[in-house]
Amino acid sequence: MSAGFYYGTEVFLNGLMTGVLYSLVALGFVLIFKSSGIFNYAQGVMALFAALTLVGLQDGQVPFAHLINSIFGTQVHHFGWHLPALLAILLTAGVMVVLAILVERYILRHLVNQPDIILFMATIGLAYFMEGFGDLMWGSEIKKLDVGIPQGGNIWIEENTAFLGGDDFYGFYLDSLDIVAAVFAGLLVLSLVLFSQYTKTGRALRAVADDHQAALSVGISLRFIWVVVWSIAGFIALVAGIMWGSKSGVQFSLSLIALKALPVLMLGGFTSIPGAIVGGLIIGVGEKMFEFLIGAPFLGGATENWFAYMLALVFLVFRPQGLFGDKIIERV
Amino acid sequence: MTMAETYQTPDGRTIGGQVMEMKNITLRFGGVKAITDISFDIREGEIRAIIGPNGAGKSSMLNVMNGFYHPQEGEVWFHGKKRGPMKPHQIAKQGIARTFQNIALFSGMSTLDNIMTGRLTHMKTGILKQAMWWGPAEKEETENREVVEKVIDFLEIQSIRKTPVGRLPYGLQKRVELGRALAAEPKLLLLDEPMAGMNVEEKEDMSRFILDVNDEFGTTIALIEHDMGVVMDIADRVVVMDYGKKIGDGSPDEVRNNQDVIDAYLGVAHD
Repeated sequence: MSAGFYYGTEVFLNGLMTGVLYSLVALGFVLIFKSSGIFNYAQGVMALFAALTLVGLQDGQVPFAHLINSIFGTQVHHFGWHLPALLAILLTAGVMVVLAILVERYILRHLVNQPDIILFMATIGLAYFMEGFGDLMWGSEIKKLDVGIPQGGNIWIEENTAFLGGDDFYGFYLDSLDIVAAVFAGLLVLSLVLFSQYTKTGRALRAVADDHQAALSVGISLRFIWVVVWSIAGFIALVAGIMWGSKSGVQFSLSLIALKALPVLMLGGFTSIPGAIVGGLIIGVGEKMFEFLIGAPFLGGATENWFAYMLALVFLVFRPQGLFGDKIIERV
Repeated sequence: MTMAETYQTPDGRTIGGQVMEMKNITLRFGGVKAITDISFDIREGEIRAIIGPNGAGKSSMLNVMNGFYHPQEGEVWFHGKKRGPMKPHQIAKQGIARTFQNIALFSGMSTLDNIMTGRLTHMKTGILKQAMWWGPAEKEETENREVVEKVIDFLEIQSIRKTPVGRLPYGLQKRVELGRALAAEPKLLLLDEPMAGMNVEEKEDMSRFILDVNDEFGTTIALIEHDMGVVMDIADRVVVMDYGKKIGDGSPDEVRNNQDVIDAYLGVAHD
């Protein structure tokens, strides 16, 4: 085999790992969409908010420090402690649950049976509110997130695969962070699937996704399920926030990962969990391979910026319901 | 009739006191009256039918009974207590299960999972324990699974346990929906046109299951039909509705000979 083949494989593997993260973000959308018919525009901002909160808690930042200082003329910034990463993550997960409860209590509850576009608009409002609120709470400067995940090229893999491709090949270059991210995303997806298949709340979750009336008739509280679903979406946002935040710092652009989930959803279908997973992998691998094989040699590169959206467009034309989405059958 | 009164059916079953009593129910949608001042009761162990032509307000009545609709006037009494404003899922927890006219199953889920959802009101472990598949949660799953298997045996649907219900033929879907309601071991079972859209053979099967449920588990059943024939064979007492009003109430024989009922079904002769 030529070294080119192995570089191709390396690109493929990197694509897969990016793809898992795309899947994860898309999954947050799918869960909420299935259970409540809401396209949650705020999913990306939730990731940003989770990451901000995590950094804030870890560093012992005083929340609303700027506000407090300007009102009371004080100079508080830090509590002076430093929380262990695991504890901070658990606390942040708790914050995401509280957020879910607030969203249900103050938004969803009042918008039951409203048209989809109204619900969508509500999530846009929520997104901008959370963005501003996050800034107010933790400050708007770019923060470094470090929860102890190793970063940089994984030497072990590089050394142990170098023999494959002869003299021109130095082994697969895979970022440790990507590997950890992929493993965690995979575990999260797996545990979500198990939870929804084998527990009563999971069953209730699927029931609500299928039929609200029937779900009510067997004693399922829609409000409770919405809180559960938004909490899970919050955990997903947290994991996505940790991974992306560790890579490129916690800043506003983190919320834009939601945009990358859109083509994944078009590919996988808005209502399909396997669709979100497979769609994410296809987009992740597709954009990297396209750049490697066609983009860089022939098109001047930077195709990763638009490839996913073009692919989604093609898909929309030929298969609007996505790979696994519910069939759209309109009866006349 | 008072609460304690009981009566004997022609086939020798003793029907007990009131399970549910509807008192002067009036339901409006904007200016349209769907139900006007209707009262009737449902007694322990009986099969109570509500019949009437299309648009008579039967389904609205069922929706009032399980809390999907809240009547503007009137009271619903359940097991001797007046029911306050409750959500449908809370009413389900009180022991009222139902089926729907246009089957409302969880179409992506298997027969087994659909019927398992019927057990939700009997499962108590918290979400954290479930998430960790903790001892009590596992035990609870197993116990409830046993009840579900009994229901599956009873309805003779073992062969489709793992089939996603969306793929089942209509008659079987109706049966699975009945199974989901039965799994809740309800104190009152509401059936919304259980035989609608079925062929003769399927109707006979369904009638048999309804009678067997009542017979074997002593379940109190209220069912809606617009097809008089089947209902008259299985019901102990029948309420007849037309244009949102009650026009008859009594045993099938009494109702069959009621002139208002005959007029409603056959139309009034104009000559």
